[in-house]
Amino acid sequence: MTQLPQSTDRKMGLVIDLDTCVGCHACVISCKGWNTENYGAPLSDQNPYGADPSGTFLNRVHSYEVQPPEGHAQLIHFPKSCLHCEDAPCVTVCPTGASYKRSEDGIVLVNESDCIGCGLCAWACPYGARELDLAEGVMKKCTLCVDRIYNDNLPEVDRVPSCVRTCPAGARHFGDLGDPDSEVSQLVAERGGMDLMPEMGTKPVNKYLPPRPKDRIEDQTDILAPLLAPVAEEPKGFIAWLDKALEKL
Amino acid sequence: MIHQQPKLDTSPKVSDEVRKTTCYMCACRCGINVHMKNGKVAYIEGNRDHPVNKGVLCAKGSAGIMQVNAPSRLRAPLKRVGPRGSGEFQEISWDEALEIATGWLKPIRETDPSKLAFFTGRDQSQSFTSFWAQNFGTPNYAAHGGFCSVNMAAAGIYTMGGAFWEFGQPDWDHTKLFILFGVAEDHDSNPIKMGIGKIKARGARVVGVNPIRSGYNAVADDWYGITPGTDGLLILSLIHVLMKAGKIDLDYLARYTNAPCLMIENPGADDHGLLLRDADGKVLVIDRATGELAPFDRPGVRPDLTGTHVQNGQTCHTVMYKTVNRYLSEEYTPEAVADRCGIPAARIRALAAEIARVAFDEAFEIEQEWTDFRGETHKLMKGRPVSFHSMRGISAHANGFQTCRALHLLQILLGTVEVPGGFRFKPPYPKPVEAHPKPHCKATPGAPLDGPHLGFVRGPEDLALKPDGSPARIDKAFTWENPMSSHGLMHMVISNAHAGDPYKIDTLFMYMANMSWNSTMNTRGVIDMLTDKDESGDYVIPRIIYSDAYSSEMVAYADLILPDTTYLERHDCISLLDRPICEADGAADAIRWPVIEPDRDVRGFQTVLVQLANKLKLPGFTNEDGAAKYTDYADYIVNHQRKPGIGPLAGFRGAAGDKAGRGEVNPDQLDRYIENGGFFVEHVPDAARYYKPWNAAYQDWAVGMGLYDSPQPYLFQLYSEPMRQFQLAAEGHGERQPPDHLRARISQRLDPLPIWYETDQHGNEGYTVNALTQRPMAMYHSWGTQNAWLRQLHGRNPLYVPTKIMREQGLEDGDWARVTSPHGQIVVPVMEMAALNDNTVWTWNAIGKRKGAWALEPDAPEATKGFLLNHLIHELLPPKGDGLRWANSDPVTGQAAWFDLKVKIEKVAGPEEMTESQPAFDPIKSPVGTGPKTLAWKVGE
Amino acid sequence: MHPAPSVILFTTLSGLGFGLLAFLGLGLPDVSGWVAFVFFAIAFGLAVGGLLASTFHLGHPERAWKAFSQWRTSWLSREGCSAVAALILMGIYAIGVIFMDQRWGLLGWLGAALSLFTVFTTSMIYAQLKTIPRWNMNLTPAMFLSFSLAGGALLAGQNTTAIVLLLIAGAVQLAYWKQGDTALANSGTNIGTATGLGSRGKVRAFEPPHTGSNYLLREFVHVVGRKHAAKLRMLALGFGFVLPLALLLVPMHDVVIKHLLALLAVIAHLIGIATSRWLFFAQAEHVVGLYYGKR
Ligand SMILES: Nc1nc2c(c(=O)[nH]1)N[C@H]1C(S)=C(S)[C@@H](COP(=O)(O)OP(=O)(O)OC[C@H]3O[C@@H](n4cnc5c(=O)[nH]c(N)nc54)[C@H](O)[C@@H]3O)O[C@H]1N2
Ligand SMILES: Nc1nc2c(c(=O)[nH]1)N[C@H]1C(S)=C(S)[C@@H](COP(=O)(O)OP(=O)(O)OC[C@H]3O[C@@H](n4cnc5c(=O)[nH]c(N)nc54)[C@H](O)[C@@H]3O)O[C@H]1N2
Ligand code: SF4
Ligand code: SF4
Ligand code: SF4
Ligand code: SF4
Ligand code: SF4
Ligand SMILES: [Mo]
Repeated sequence: MTQLPQSTDRKMGLVIDLDTCVGCHACVISCKGWNTENYGAPLSDQNPYGADPSGTFLNRVHSYEVQPPEGHAQLIHFPKSCLHCEDAPCVTVCPTGASYKRSEDGIVLVNESDCIGCGLCAWACPYGARELDLAEGVMKKCTLCVDRIYNDNLPEVDRVPSCVRTCPAGARHFGDLGDPDSEVSQLVAERGGMDLMPEMGTKPVNKYLPPRPKDRIEDQTDILAPLLAPVAEEPKGFIAWLDKALEKL
Repeated sequence: MIHQQPKLDTSPKVSDEVRKTTCYMCACRCGINVHMKNGKVAYIEGNRDHPVNKGVLCAKGSAGIMQVNAPSRLRAPLKRVGPRGSGEFQEISWDEALEIATGWLKPIRETDPSKLAFFTGRDQSQSFTSFWAQNFGTPNYAAHGGFCSVNMAAAGIYTMGGAFWEFGQPDWDHTKLFILFGVAEDHDSNPIKMGIGKIKARGARVVGVNPIRSGYNAVADDWYGITPGTDGLLILSLIHVLMKAGKIDLDYLARYTNAPCLMIENPGADDHGLLLRDADGKVLVIDRATGELAPFDRPGVRPDLTGTHVQNGQTCHTVMYKTVNRYLSEEYTPEAVADRCGIPAARIRALAAEIARVAFDEAFEIEQEWTDFRGETHKLMKGRPVSFHSMRGISAHANGFQTCRALHLLQILLGTVEVPGGFRFKPPYPKPVEAHPKPHCKATPGAPLDGPHLGFVRGPEDLALKPDGSPARIDKAFTWENPMSSHGLMHMVISNAHAGDPYKIDTLFMYMANMSWNSTMNTRGVIDMLTDKDESGDYVIPRIIYSDAYSSEMVAYADLILPDTTYLERHDCISLLDRPICEADGAADAIRWPVIEPDRDVRGFQTVLVQLANKLKLPGFTNEDGAAKYTDYADYIVNHQRKPGIGPLAGFRGAAGDKAGRGEVNPDQLDRYIENGGFFVEHVPDAARYYKPWNAAYQDWAVGMGLYDSPQPYLFQLYSEPMRQFQLAAEGHGERQPPDHLRARISQRLDPLPIWYETDQHGNEGYTVNALTQRPMAMYHSWGTQNAWLRQLHGRNPLYVPTKIMREQGLEDGDWARVTSPHGQIVVPVMEMAALNDNTVWTWNAIGKRKGAWALEPDAPEATKGFLLNHLIHELLPPKGDGLRWANSDPVTGQAAWFDLKVKIEKVAGPEEMTESQPAFDPIKSPVGTGPKTLAWKVGE
Repeated sequence: MHPAPSVILFTTLSGLGFGLLAFLGLGLPDVSGWVAFVFFAIAFGLAVGGLLASTFHLGHPERAWKAFSQWRTSWLSREGCSAVAALILMGIYAIGVIFMDQRWGLLGWLGAALSLFTVFTTSMIYAQLKTIPRWNMNLTPAMFLSFSLAGGALLAGQNTTAIVLLLIAGAVQLAYWKQGDTALANSGTNIGTATGLGSRGKVRAFEPPHTGSNYLLREFVHVVGRKHAAKLRMLALGFGFVLPLALLLVPMHDVVIKHLLALLAVIAHLIGIATSRWLFFAQAEHVVGLYYGKR
C-alpha cells in the first residue's frame, strides 16, 4: 500500500490563483466544516476557548510580503493544503500502509484505521500539509474531498471540493491536471502555473498561478499621455471648448 | 510492484435534510443551506440559487455551526443583582422580565416618551424596530449608521439617490477598470469578492486606494498607498486633470444631472445660489433647441450646459459653469496635492489617463432599446466600463461627507453611474432625497411620534429642534452641529445621556450593540459613564435594558437582559423596507426561520418587542378593540402592512401567493419563502436594467413593485441645494438661525459643490502618525471571538507598523510599544509591515476582548495580547480653549471620525518582557461560565 | 523539530543497546553464564526499552504491529522488522551463550550485522527526509552507527576499541555539526522556492495563517533553546567523548576503580549522546518552517 502506484489514471488536484486570492480564509473554514462532519474522525480543537487554542485544519492561508527590487512591497495571500504529489514522500515513509495514493485519481489519503499516528509522513511532507489530530491520534490531511467529488448524493455541480465550492473570489480551481485539455491544465499553461519547492522532487499535482505583475500603471504613461492633452488651460477657455464640444453632440 | 488501496465509500450520505435560510454571521446576508443530521446542524454551505452569494460562503458563514453552539450563548433573561459592570446576575422568567420592562416603560410613555432612548446596533430589522419606537412615541431612536458610515449613505443619496455601501454595486460583468477607495471588507463581503474574482478572471484592472495593502488591495494591480484623510484631494485632482483634458461625458451631464441647471445670482438675498425654478418648483435649464428657459424634464428639452439667463439684471450661470470654475483651479493640480496625498503627481496623472482611456476609448454599447423620462427613445445603452466602490476608509473621517460627494462627482462627470460597466443601483435605489422621509421628532405623552425618526433634511426647517431651538433628540442629530445626520448619532447617546445634555433620560434600551467595548469611542470613559452615580447614589443613567444573544462586554452594564436566540433559531425578515439584499438586476428579500429550536429559555428579540408592544398597547400593534394585532414577529412579518398591499416581505403576496411587491396579505407567505430557499427575487426587466433614475421602464417597474408610489425621475445633484439652504441660514437668512459659533463652519463645510478640507487637527501637535483599523475578513466585530474555529485565525491583533517607523523607533517584531494619542495611551505588541503607507499604523478591529466576556477563559489571548484602538479615540476633540467641546465627527452628518486618529509610538519592552497589553481591565464575571476544553464536533455517526 | 523525550530516549538507548548487541554477537567480550546474562540483559534492556519508548509518541500504540508491513518502502517499517529480527536472532544466540555455553558464531555474526543494520535503519528514517536538510546527509547514518559502535564498545568493556571508536564518533559528530549548520542554506530550499515567489523579490512571511498554534508549529518549528546550542554542543562533546576518553585513558590498575571509571565513562557517554540527540532534533530545521517565516 505504501508503494506509490506507478501511474494514476487521472491527476486530480487544485489550481490556486495567487493573483486573485484575497486571503479571506473561507476555504479554510469550509474545509474544516466539511471534514469535521465527514471523512474519518472529526477535526478536533484543543483549548478552543482558552489561552492557547489550537486545532486540526487541512487547509491554511498564509500571507507573504514581497519586496521587489523596485517599487512598493506587495502582499500575497497563500492558501496551502495537500498538493497530492506524484512522488509523495509522505506515502513511502509510512510504516503501516495507512498513507496511500489512489491509483484512479492520484488522491493521497490516510486510511485512519491503519494509522498509528507516528507522524513520520508529516515529517516527510515539505509543505506542512499533514496534521496529527490530537483527540483522535491519527494523521489528517486534505482528502481532496474524495467524499464529495464522486458523491451521487450531491447534485453534480456540487461534486467539487468544499473549499472550491465556497471560495468567494473564485481563486480555487479543481480538475484533472493529468489531462492537458482540462480547464485547470489550460489555466496552468496560460498563466505559468508553478510548483512549490520543485527541488524536493515531490512533483506536486496542485499548481499555483503566480500573481500578475503589479504597479505598472505608470509604465503606460507614454501611451496614455495624449489622453490628457488639455483642451484649455483657463476656465474661460474651457467654457468656450464646452460650447464647441456640445455643438458636436 | 504491488499497490493496494482500501475500498472507499465515495458516496456517503451527506445529510438527512437541507434547510435553506439566511446567514447572520454578518450583514451581507447570504443564503445558506443548513445540512441537518439527527435534528442537528451538521454542515453549512452557500445556497447556489441565492442572489447575494450564489453558492459561495465566507469563513464566518461556514463557521456558523460554532456560533449556534457557542458556550457564550445567553440562557435566560437576567436581572442584575451586583453593581453595574460586575457581571452578577440572576436568571429570571420571561414573565418577570417583561413585567419589569413594562413597569419601566409604561410610565415613561404616559408622561414623556423622550425619556426612553432606544438604539440598535447593526440591526437588520430597522423598519420594524423604528416602527416600534415610533409607536412608543420617543424621538430617540436610531441604529448604528451614525458611527458606521452615514457619510457614505448620505453623500450618496444627496448626490445621486443611492450610495455604495449596500445600495449599489459595480457592473461586475462589464467593468474594465475597478477603483476601490478605502475598503477592507464592507457589508457586501461575498459579492465584492465574487466581483473582484470576475474582473481578475477577465484580466481587467483593479486599483486599490488605501494606506494599507492587504486583502482587496493586495490583489489590486495598482496600489495607491494614500495618506489617510486626503482622498478628497486626490479625487478632486483627478477631476481637475480629466476636466482639463475634456475627458468628461458632456452628453450625460446635460441629460441626467443638474449640471445644466441655472443658479440664481442674487448676492445677499435669501435665494442667492439656489436653483432657478418654475412655478411648479421644477428646476430650469436653457433648452439648446430654443435657447429658452425650460423645466428640466419637458419632453424634447436638450439642456444646455453653458446656458445663461439674465434675471433682475444679474446673469445666472449653470451649475456646470460653477463646477468648471472651481475644479480647473490650480489648487487641484496633481503637483499641488501630491505631497499631502503622499502620491507622486505622475502617478495621479497616470491614473487619470487610465480612467480616461477606459471610460472613453473602451466605451461600448449594449443593444437594448430604452426610453428616458423626457420620452426620448434610445436604440442603445452606452457603456463606460470604469467603476468605483468605496466605504469607511473615506467616510469615517471628519471630511468624509464631502469626500464621498467628490467621488460621486467624479463618477458622474465620467458618466459611469447607472450605465453598463459602471456603478449600478440596487432596488429600492435609486431613490432621490425627495422620495425619502424627513426626520420627525415631536413627542406627545401617550401617543406615537409624529412620523419616522430618521430621514433626509432639505434645509433648516427640517432640523430636529425644539421650539426653543434646543436639540429634540438625545443624540443631537439634525442640529446645527451636524445638520444632515440622517442616521442619528449612536456614538453620542451614552455621553449625552450621562451629561444630561440636551436632557436627562430614564431608560436606555439597546439591542445588539457592544457599546461598553469595541463599538464605542473612549471605551474607559463610557464604562465610567455607564456606572457613574449621582449624589443620591443612583445611577446617572437610571435604567439600562439590553438584548444580546451572547455574553458580550455590554451585558455586564445592563440592568435587565433580554436574551435573544441565535440566527438559526428565529424568524427574521430582510425587507425591502429596510436594508435589503437586492442585486442591481433584481429586487430581493429574504427571511430567516427557526431551522432548529432553541435549547435555552431565550426568545427572538423582535418577538419580545411585539410582546412588549402588546403589554404597552402601542397603537400600531393594537386593534381598535384593544386586542393585540400580532402574536409574534412571524405574525407581524406576514400580516403587517405599511401601506395597503405593501408589507415587510415583497414576495408571494396576494391570496394565491402570485403577486410581487404589492398584494394582499398571504397567510402562507413564510412557507412559500421556505419552499423557495428562504428568499424571493423579482428580476428587473431588460429594458430597465440601466439608467434607472431616468428610465421609464424602470420607473414603471419600481412603481409596480411598490418601491415608489409614482415614477420619480430626477437629476443627479452635482450641486446640492439642501446644503446651500444651510449656508444661507449661516449667512443670516431664514427664521431658524445657527448659533454664532457655528456660522462660519456651516458656511465652509456645507459647500454645495464638493470640497476637501483638512480635518480638525487641534490638539494633535506632536501626534503625527495615522492610526487605523481594518475589518478582518474572517471575523465579525466582537462576535467572532466566541467562535472556536474563527478565533484560531485571529486570536490577537498586533499593531502593524511601517518599516520606516520600526527602524526609527528601534522596534522588532513582537516588541511592545506605547501608542499615545491626545486622549490616552495603550501598550501593545507590534509587527512590521512593508506594504503600508509610511506614516500609518493599523490593527484589526475588535479583536481585543475584556476578560470574562464571551465565555472565554480570562487568559485568552484576545484579552491579554489583543487590544482596542478605541481607547485612543474620543468622541470629543481635545479642548480648544473656547469653552466648547467639539465633536470628533463630520460637521455635516455627525459621522464618527474613527480614522482621524493621530498617535505617536515608542518602544517600551522586548517580546518577553511584558505579558499583557495595556490598559488591562479587571475581569467581569461570566453569566455563562467558560467553554469546554476540547471540541470534536460531529453530529452524524 | 520538537525534541520529544520519547524519541531522544529511544534513539539514544536503542543505539547503545544494539551497539552492545553487535559486540556481544561478535563475542566481545567473550563471556558466558551469569556474566553473559548481565551483558545481554543490559543490551536487551536498552534496545527493547528504547523501542518501547518510541511507541509512547504514537497516537495508536495498540496498532504498532501494523508497522511491520511496509518494509518495501518505509525505513520505519524496516527498522521495526530489522529490530525484531535482530532481537530474535540475538535472543537465540544469547540462550546459547548464557545457558548452553554455546557460541553459534554464524548466528552471532548475523545478529551483530542485523543489530547494526537496525541502527542504520533508524538513522535512515531521519537521513531520508529531504524536508530536513540537516538530517538529509550521509553523515547522519555515519553518526548513528559510529555512536552506536562507540557506545557498544564502551559498554562491552572493549576499551581499546572504544577509544578508537570514540575518537571516530567524536570526529563524525564534529563533521556532522559543521556540515549540518549549512545544510539548509545549501539545500537550495528557501522561502522563495517554498512560495514560488522568490523571483519577484525578497519574500518575508507576514501574518501567519492563524494566531493559534498547531501541530506543525509544535512539531517542526522548535526554536526554544536553540540559542543555547553552542553550550549544549560543548556539553555533548565533553560528556559524550572527551570525558569517556579521559576516563578510559586514566592509568589505573585497581580493577574496581577501573570498572567504576568505566561505568562513569558510560554514564557520561549516555548524557553526552542524549544531549547530542536533543540537539539533533532541536536544531533540525524542517523546511515547513519556511512557510511560517521560521526555521
Ligand atoms: N468580516 C467582516 N465584515 C464586516 C464587518 C466585520 O466586522 N467583519 N463589519 C461590517 C461593518 S459594520 C462595516 S461598517 C463594514 C465596513 O467595511 P469597510 O469599509 O471595509 O471598513 P473597515 O474595515 O473599517 O475598512 C476601512 C478601510 O479603509 C482604509 N482607510 C482608512 N482611512 C483611509 C483613508 O483616509 N483613505 C483611504 N483610501 N482608505 C482609508 C483602511 O485601511 C481600511 O482598509 O464592514 C462590514 N463587514
Ligand atoms: N476602533 C474602531 N472601532 C469601531 C469601528 C472601527 O472601524 N474602528 N467600527 C465601528 C462600526 S462601523 C460599527 S458598525 C461598530 C460595530 O458595533 P456593534 O454593532 O456594537 O458590533 P458588534 O461587536 O458586532 O456588537 C454587536 C452585539 O450584538 C450581539 N449579537 C450578535 N448576534 C446577535 C443576535 O442575534 N441578537 C442579539 N440581540 N444580539 C446579537 C453581539 O453579541 C454583540 O454584543 O463598531 C464601531 N467601532
Ligand atoms: S477562499 Fe479563496 S480567496 Fe479566500 S482565502 Fe481561500 S482561496 Fe483565497
Ligand atoms: S503535499 Fe505533503 S502530504 Fe500531500 S502528497 Fe505531497 S508530500 Fe504528501
Ligand atoms: S502517522 Fe499514520 S499515516 Fe502517517 S506515517 Fe504514521 S502511520 Fe502512516
Ligand atoms: S479539497 Fe477538501 S479537504 Fe482538501 S483543502 Fe479543500 S476542502 Fe479541504
Ligand atoms: S458574508 Fe459571510 S458572514 Fe456575511 S452573510 Fe455572507 S456568509 Fe454570512
Ligand atoms: Mo459599521
